[in-house]
Amino acid sequence: MSNAEDHTGTRRDFLYYATAGAGAVAAGAAVWPLINQMNPSADVRALSTIRVDVGGVNEGSQITVQWLGKPVFIRNRGQAEIEEARSVDVSELVDPIARNENLQGEQPATDENRALDEEGRWLVMMGVCTHLGCVPLGNGAGDYNGWFCPCHGSHYDTAGRIRRGPAPTNLPVPLAEFVDETTILLG
Amino acid sequence: MAGIPHDHYEPKSSGEKWLHKRLPIVGLLYDTLMIPTPKNLNWMWIWGIVLTFTLALQIITGITLVMHYTPDADMAFASVEHIMRDVNGGWALRYMHQNGASLFFVAVYAHIFRGLYYGSYKAPREVTWIIGILIYLLMMGTAFMGYVLPWGQMSFWGATVITGLFGAIPFIGETLQTWLLGGPAVGNYTLTRFFSLHYLFPFVIAGLVIVHIWAFHSTGNNNPTGVEVRRGSKAEAEKDTVPFWPYYVIKDLFALAIILAVFFAIVGFMPNYLGHPDNYIEANPLATPAHIVPEWYFLPFYAILRAFTSEVWVVQIASFVTGGIIDAKFFGVLAMFGAIAVMALAPWLDTSSVRSGRYRPQFKWWFALLIVDFFALMWLGAMPAEEPYSSLSLIASAYWFAYFLVILPLLGVIEKPLKRPDTIEADFEAHASATGGTKTEPNVAPAE
Repeated sequence: MSNAEDHTGTRRDFLYYATAGAGAVAAGAAVWPLINQMNPSADVRALSTIRVDVGGVNEGSQITVQWLGKPVFIRNRGQAEIEEARSVDVSELVDPIARNENLQGEQPATDENRALDEEGRWLVMMGVCTHLGCVPLGNGAGDYNGWFCPCHGSHYDTAGRIRRGPAPTNLPVPLAEFVDETTILLG
Repeated sequence: MAGIPHDHYEPKSSGEKWLHKRLPIVGLLYDTLMIPTPKNLNWMWIWGIVLTFTLALQIITGITLVMHYTPDADMAFASVEHIMRDVNGGWALRYMHQNGASLFFVAVYAHIFRGLYYGSYKAPREVTWIIGILIYLLMMGTAFMGYVLPWGQMSFWGATVITGLFGAIPFIGETLQTWLLGGPAVGNYTLTRFFSLHYLFPFVIAGLVIVHIWAFHSTGNNNPTGVEVRRGSKAEAEKDTVPFWPYYVIKDLFALAIILAVFFAIVGFMPNYLGHPDNYIEANPLATPAHIVPEWYFLPFYAILRAFTSEVWVVQIASFVTGGIIDAKFFGVLAMFGAIAVMALAPWLDTSSVRSGRYRPQFKWWFALLIVDFFALMWLGAMPAEEPYSSLSLIASAYWFAYFLVILPLLGVIEKPLKRPDTIEADFEAHASATGGTKTEPNVAPAE
């Protein structure tokens, strides 16, 4: 019965490889849907843009809205905060990249490149610490008067840039724009 | 089973013979229970039974809890309160299950450190050790997902932080994290899958426990001397061993009774002592609790995770060498998993030919320091991420790695071990005469 001396392909070899091959393909085809079912479902993917009314947000205060299951900080900054953010040289920053999805390519992390409007009053960014995803505390928290993450001690400045602690990058700025005087469109 | 020679099951009645011919299950159980066990095992050898019991406790209480729990983000928190207030005896089931997780980890840490001290991981028991580490990893996964199910603040934010670890992996991290969560952030879709897996894993653990027992029944148990059972003949083996049933079963059950007395005192009188009050606040995706702390059994590894910040020189070197692919965040994740990986590699890192720490004069001290280090890391993991805790965490993490990667390999070369007893019997006799116990043989003169 042994095919050891017979080096040419036999019917048995063919059936062996064909069976193994078909088995592998079938297993792969069965596994993929089982893995893919864990990816975000259609209803989760559908909730990708929202409108936020910021008419009631006074200078020096902020609101937190939920977008894509995550908090987004929308802050109406005071003059002192804007000046503090603009006086920082980019070379002093831990992460010198703006992380602003509204800009093309990698821009320097100046305050102008992160604020929503020219004047710099409005700052919109994800309220998710870039370390491990906690929500940083705002309203002048931390050593840089911006945000402070209570989980592992990351300090962000008044432009949401990481200054000290374990977080690797600045708080990302999502796609956002004013669609009228008091409404911001996220996404 | 192979290994130490002993009596095997002989079916006697015609009914037994009938069954044995068709399915030798009684013989399998008999041989498992009657396994010859070294007769000098001390009290650190009770944890296996405690762990087996706890696994059964968790599965049974878990199955009953599922009869009343609702895995839905809007209803989970309320359904747990429903269990606590309305279900008959529900509070007892839940508190047993919740504190059962702590009992599980107390026992598993005692069991692991027992193995590390007496060299139970060394040849020929490496496979037992590796399977044990796999069980431990599955236990951590199960405990983590179980903690998410009540959908309190700590549940939610613990899940956010821990799944964030996977997001730190370069290139595939974000995709992987989204896949694990089922969406952009922790939500209902995360809760339902964690529930499914939390129900599945204990049965996988139960399967691995059988393989774990099979493995060490093949090699025989280690014992406090690390000296192997003589297995030239059944008569010789019987001088070193006693059957597991009834000798060790009774001893282990006695220990279990004492441990359960403490356990039920905690369940009855201070059931929330090991928990966090924040978890009695329903999950809120817009507010992080002021101080996120994992359960106590994760704290040592959590401390290692946090220890490596971008100011640490090894992190800076790693970042430089890899061109920034390994940043502080990913380094912390690698360190945390690495801390368990080095433990898994102990059989190959330990170069000493002597198994038991009892006969290793230098090893003893390094090992004692490892225990101190473990508790120090546990304490540091609960502290806020600021000085002096950050520096202390770094030192303590460094020792954890140094123990496995430097001390274990070097000690085998430089240490001069003490003389070991020739046989388990000799150790047993010396111990029995020292404590005034009955001798099984008249005056065997002590060696030396």
